[in-house]
Amino acid sequence: MATFHQNVEATIPALRRYARALTRDTDIADDLVQDTLVRALRSEHLFHGGDVRSWLYTILTNLNRNRLRSLARRPTLSPIEDNDAPDLAGPEAGGRDIERALATLVDDQRNALLLVVLEGLSYREVAEVQGVPIGTVMSRLARARVQIKNYLDGARPALRRVK
Amino acid sequence: MIDRNSPITEDELHAYVDGELPPDRMNAVAAWLADHPEQAALVTSWRLQADSIRAHFGAAVDEPVPQRLKLDQMLNQDRAAGRSWAAMAAAAAIAAFVVGGAAGWMARGASAAAPSRSDVFASEALDAHKLYVVEVRHPVEVPGSERAHMTQWLSKRLGEDLRVPDLQSIGLKLVGGRLLPGPTGAAAFYMYESPSGERFTMYCARADMPETALRYTGGEKVAAFYWIDDKVAYVVSGPADRELLEKVTKAAYEQVDKTGAKKL
Repeated sequence: MATFHQNVEATIPALRRYARALTRDTDIADDLVQDTLVRALRSEHLFHGGDVRSWLYTILTNLNRNRLRSLARRPTLSPIEDNDAPDLAGPEAGGRDIERALATLVDDQRNALLLVVLEGLSYREVAEVQGVPIGTVMSRLARARVQIKNYLDGARPALRRVK
Repeated sequence: MIDRNSPITEDELHAYVDGELPPDRMNAVAAWLADHPEQAALVTSWRLQADSIRAHFGAAVDEPVPQRLKLDQMLNQDRAAGRSWAAMAAAAAIAAFVVGGAAGWMARGASAAAPSRSDVFASEALDAHKLYVVEVRHPVEVPGSERAHMTQWLSKRLGEDLRVPDLQSIGLKLVGGRLLPGPTGAAAFYMYESPSGERFTMYCARADMPETALRYTGGEKVAAFYWIDDKVAYVVSGPADRELLEKVTKAAYEQVDKTGAKKL
C-alpha cells in the first residue's frame, strides 16, 4: 500500500495546478484538492489497480462538478465578471484573456482541454476520467478550441464598453 | 474547414497538436501543413492557446504543497476523524454500546438536550420503514424493474445525483422506491427484499450539514444506521439484527460514496 500513497503524494502538485485552473482561486482550489485526497484515502479499498493519477483526476473533476452545481443553486453568490476593469499591460494581460476565454467554455469542454493541454493526459485517459468515448473527448477539445479562438479573435473586443 | 478530399482530417490536426499521432502520421501532417497555410495558422493558434494556458497556470505545480495537503498529516487526521468504514463502524459500535448500556430515559434525555439534526432523518426514515415494509400490494411507487427511470426521477426531485445501490451480491432484490416528504423537501426511499421476505429500506434526503460518522439507532424490532456524506443524509433501516444490518449498510455505503465509487 506504500506505493498507493506514494503515487497519490506524487500527484498532489499537478492536482493543485488543475484545480487552480478550474476554480481560478487558490483557496477554493486547495479545498478541492483536499476533498479529493480525503475521498481517495477513504476509498482506497475500492481502488483495484489501474492508474492512480487518472483516478484522482476523476475524483477532482466530479467534486468540482458538484461544487459548480451547488453554486448554481445559490444565484446570489455567482461572481460578477469585471468586464469594465481596464486590461493590464504586459504578460498578465494575455493571462487574463485566456482565463476569461476558459471561463466561457462549457464545463466538460474546459475539463477536457485542461486535462490534455495543462495536465498532459492522453485522449484515452481523459475519456476514462470523463467516462465518455474518445470521440467525445475529441469533439469537446475541438469545440473548446474554436470557442477560445473566437473569443480571443473577436468576441472580447466587442464586449468592451464603448466609452 | 478541412477540404473534403484532403487526406488529413481535423481530428488528426488536434491529435497532431496534442502529440497523439503515430510518428509516420506526424510527419505526413507536418508535410501537409507546409502546403496549407490556412490550416497551419489554425494549428499555430491552438498551440498558442495551449502555451498561454500553461504559462498562466503551470507555475502552481512548483509551489510548495501547503501543510494541510500533506498526505501524512491527512492520514493522521483521517484516522482521528474516523472516516474509514472500519472506523465509522467502530464509532457506531461505541454509540450503540452507550445507548444500549445506559437507561432508556437517560439516552432520550441526552438526545433531547442536544438534538442532532441528523437524528431527524433517522426517525423520519424509520417511520417510513415501519409504514411501508408491511405493505403487500403497494410497498413502492416505482418497481425495481424500472431502476434507471426511478434513479433519474428521484435524483431530479432531490436535486442530487442519487445512486440506487445494487445489493444482489448480498442476496437482496430491489423491490422499488418512492418519493417521500422529508425535513428538507423531497426524500428518496428504496426498498429491498431478501429471499426469505425480510425487508430493508434506504432513505436519502438532502442535508446541508457536515459529514458525520456512521450512527446506529435500534429498537426492539427495527433498527437503522445513518450518516451524512456530501450533503446527503442516508439511513439504512431493517430488522433489529445488528450484524445483518451492518452488512447491508456496508454494501450500500460503498456504492453511494459517489466520487470514490466511480472506479469500482
